Amino acid sequence: MSTTATQAQPSRLRATLYRQRWPIGYVTVILFLFVLYEFILPSLVKGVTAPITAWLPVATINECLMWAIMALGLNVVVGYAGLLDLGYVAFWALGGYTAGWLMAYPFNWTLNFHLLSPVPARAPGTHINFWLVCIIAGTLCAVLGIIIGAPTLRLRGDYLALVTLGFGEVITQFFRNSNDIAGRNVANGDPGISSIDPIGTGPLGAAGIAPKLLSNSAAGNVWKILVLGLLVGLCIFISLRIREGRLGRAWLAIREDELAANMMGVPLVRTKLLAYAVGAFFGGVGGVANASMITTAVSPSGFDFGKSVLVLLMVVLGGMGNVWGVTVGAFLLAWLNSNGLKQIGVQLDSWFGTSLAGSLPRYNYLILGLLLVLMMLFRREGLIPEQRTAALMHTASRTEAESLGADSVEAASETEAFAHSDAKADALIAASAAAVSPVLNEPEPEREDVR
Amino acid sequence: MATATLAAVGTERKPKVRIGPLVTKVLGYGVIALVLLWVVANLVANPDRFLGSVLVGLQNGMLYALVALGYTMVYGIIELINFAHGDLFMLSTIVAAAVMVTGLGVGALSAASILPLIVALIVCMAFGALVNVSSERFAYRKLRSAPKLAPLMTAVGLSFVFRGIAQQDYINGSAQKNWAVTWGGPIVEGVFIYKLLMVLVVTAPLLFLMSYIVSRTKMGKAMRAVAQDQDGARLMGINVNGTISFTFALGGALAGAAGVLYFLCQTQTYYDTGTQLGLIAFTSAVLGGIGNLTGAVVGGLAIGMIQAINEGGAYGLGSTWSQSVVFIILIILMVFKPEGLFGRPTTEKV
Repeated sequence: MSTTATQAQPSRLRATLYRQRWPIGYVTVILFLFVLYEFILPSLVKGVTAPITAWLPVATINECLMWAIMALGLNVVVGYAGLLDLGYVAFWALGGYTAGWLMAYPFNWTLNFHLLSPVPARAPGTHINFWLVCIIAGTLCAVLGIIIGAPTLRLRGDYLALVTLGFGEVITQFFRNSNDIAGRNVANGDPGISSIDPIGTGPLGAAGIAPKLLSNSAAGNVWKILVLGLLVGLCIFISLRIREGRLGRAWLAIREDELAANMMGVPLVRTKLLAYAVGAFFGGVGGVANASMITTAVSPSGFDFGKSVLVLLMVVLGGMGNVWGVTVGAFLLAWLNSNGLKQIGVQLDSWFGTSLAGSLPRYNYLILGLLLVLMMLFRREGLIPEQRTAALMHTASRTEAESLGADSVEAASETEAFAHSDAKADALIAASAAAVSPVLNEPEPEREDVR
Repeated sequence: MATATLAAVGTERKPKVRIGPLVTKVLGYGVIALVLLWVVANLVANPDRFLGSVLVGLQNGMLYALVALGYTMVYGIIELINFAHGDLFMLSTIVAAAVMVTGLGVGALSAASILPLIVALIVCMAFGALVNVSSERFAYRKLRSAPKLAPLMTAVGLSFVFRGIAQQDYINGSAQKNWAVTWGGPIVEGVFIYKLLMVLVVTAPLLFLMSYIVSRTKMGKAMRAVAQDQDGARLMGINVNGTISFTFALGGALAGAAGVLYFLCQTQTYYDTGTQLGLIAFTSAVLGGIGNLTGAVVGGLAIGMIQAINEGGAYGLGSTWSQSVVFIILIILMVFKPEGLFGRPTTEKV
């Protein structure tokens, strides 16, 4: 008895480790990056440090993490629920502006309000703790997501994309004209709101371990890796857990066949609206993170249609529906967009004597567009695809299958299913179903109301 | 006899009144009525400004109609929102500028500029057709049987590519580029009459030609057949790929023509023109009922008018809200009348 227990112990540990390999890997990567930039790099010689900081500056890591929050949020809407959203930038904007309203001294603000903020109490303006603002912005965005989602419930595919795009443009234009909404200055129009509070580190800062404020300085940027890493980790955790649960499976069912899902009892309205709300919540948190840590300001020019497409590109490139794929896609594209292209240019220059360092970043739209087209042509399911998506992206759509001759397609899939079937498991399921509901085996009683 | 009446009573059922569709229908027409009321209110409040707005609306509306036709034809035949279409239009404004100003040295426009205009029209229409056909050939064709998201994303990618090309310094640069093209002639309420005349003279024949091709020629018949059922058309001996390419060529040519006219009206080129105008044109296509050619033209004119009255009319919100007004119309329309003004409602087959 005791011997079996000791034998079982390591294998169970190994099984746990194997099951948790992704979370463990993620935490390791974030901690490694933090330790690398905080402790290791400053002690190394310049010859070793220079290439690392040139290829991957701390600011770029932060940007990548911020984009990962956005991509994970859009993944819930597009990847899980299959609702194509081309106006995702709206939530980013609202989140950013919430940070602008609650974490700064904007324009004509007369209300001074401090709540757990690292900013000195005598400073004018509203200053609320970063984490609280994240929750507030997320909630606001979730409400906006439901407002945007409600009229689009009946629409599908292309029309849905168009309406969400329209909402995105309307909200951006609202912020652009926000210095004069019915005679009031709501969000300062084109210049936007600037100097948004940095995050305070609380007890860590007081103890002298971390800088007191995570401002846009070398020391602050390194600590931001931890804060953003935590946010991204939370988003990944929530995404993974929701995906396994009832709601996540309802989303997948809607994505694969809305009509069939409805027939099976999935409440379409609630499930779709929840997808919008959860996706928008992430978007709002991403907006706050962007405003308070990356740009320290919000202005309408940052929220154009191109940004919506960039986030969508991250989701598609990484692999729709797969959390890890989406994260990797976001890291890759955000890195290319912010630092990678320039650095590749510098490297090519030193090899071939060209002068691409200045001009290559200007081709970012072109390169991203080509990347998207090539991905769609040759690897539609993304870099790290979700198994179900991969199958879905390579089988003909239903109407197409019908026109090709549905019988043959159906027959082929049935043969395949039969080949992969597990007779023992099927029998087990049938037996348990019979045990749970003996009613199933009885003849249905005659109903009065059936005509 | 008695059994027969009994059976009749037995199968008699009360018709279930569905209130939902009725309400949305009433609301849909209500929205249209409100818009008309707003137009009339503007006319009564300030007839002079209203006239100016209508002229501007006519001029822009015709351009929207040209671009919207390209969207609606492609959507009608392969159910793809060609997001790259607006950017193709933007590229042709740049080509038009290169041909007319850099190539043929047009400055102040006069009767002698008609020949360069014709040259530019031919060049740009050929350019638009060529680019559109090659993007169909190399990108969309492979994705025809893929899920709908794939061609849509490809179109977005192509739109990025076009924008990226235009953004380069040796093409147009990332700032707005103004060209020294000047207009003369009479001005009514701030509208150059010759501009309007040029737009009408070029656009009207193109629209009639298009309607002739689609409704009267053999190719048009093939287009309609392919739009209805690709496999059925193939079995009837229609060259499906050729027909789809031809549709893309027509759409591209119209975008090319619109590019020339837009450049001459605005006398500037900008890499972002395509996104904005493309969205408006697509809204027009949806407003008229997507896939419907007459609908696209009417929708384009309607959106042009609404936009112009909003910017110049007595009860308008001004040009800063222009885009929002168009999109709010689109959203309301999608909610209450997704089939558009002239389209027929569709139901999904199980």
